[in-house]
Amino acid sequence: MGLLDQKFENSNIVITSMDNLLNWARLSSLWGMQFGLACCAIEMMATGASHYDLDRFGTFFRGTPRQSDVMIVAGTVTLKMASRIRVPYDQMSEPRYVISMGSCSNCGGPYWEHGYHVLKGVDRIIPVDVYVPGCPPRPEALMEGLLKLQEKIRTESLVRKKSA
Amino acid sequence: MITEFGRVLIFLIVGGVFVAGGLLFAWLLRPNRPYPSKLTTYECGEVPVGDTRVRFNIRFYVVALIFLIFDVEVVFLFPWAVVYKNLGWFAFIEMLVFLGILLVGYAYVWRKGDLDWDKPSPKVPSYEKGIGVRETHLTEEETAV
Repeated sequence: MGLLDQKFENSNIVITSMDNLLNWARLSSLWGMQFGLACCAIEMMATGASHYDLDRFGTFFRGTPRQSDVMIVAGTVTLKMASRIRVPYDQMSEPRYVISMGSCSNCGGPYWEHGYHVLKGVDRIIPVDVYVPGCPPRPEALMEGLLKLQEKIRTESLVRKKSA
Repeated sequence: MITEFGRVLIFLIVGGVFVAGGLLFAWLLRPNRPYPSKLTTYECGEVPVGDTRVRFNIRFYVVALIFLIFDVEVVFLFPWAVVYKNLGWFAFIEMLVFLGILLVGYAYVWRKGDLDWDKPSPKVPSYEKGIGVRETHLTEEETAV
């Protein structure tokens, strides 16, 4: 029952301070839902392991959408899997974000031309916030994607967005 | 002047305020936008089927029961241990009797196999064949009674 969520019209010093605090809290503890489907999952595991540690960003992987903030779709999304991606995305609670990792989930990847079984891009079913290109992207690239997502969260606000 | 128990009360109240305040603050700030697809039961993306009430093993009940009994025994041991010095030999012998009675129970539970997670097959004592013992395999006329 967000009494204060998206209810304000104007911004003032209290709102911006609260925004800064909330955004900092949210971006420093982005719990990821592991959605490793194919080879990009290996790179995601490598990013979470000790050399390219993801834990220092406050991220560790949860198995359930109910307790996660960001869904990292890593790998090829087949048509069989597509319906099963939509439901966990719906079951995540706001504020929720999606990182599409790798070419296959960005746009179909190497299967763009002849892949009859591949969904050409996961953004056909769920809204994506950050696209991380690569086949597979290096762990540093995934970390840059996470940092870009953190910048995006930093600009969010309790003020209701005026539709342009 | 605050008594010792007064301090404990203040501690309790502050602890409660911490928890309640955190929950209240979160309730004010978090977004709450439920819709039907979000409220479905999680089953890894599939449509949920079946009931959640599963039968679970009776061993948990047995283990919990045994734990309860011996935990109560330990609870009785604590105040005795505090004033044990001032009570002399009588209290010592009395506590030994108490522990002895519970030791008999412990030996029973151990021998019965209730402390093992994997229950062994029951040890049935062997019956010697006596005179006039009926054959267990009955003929067809005798079963159709």
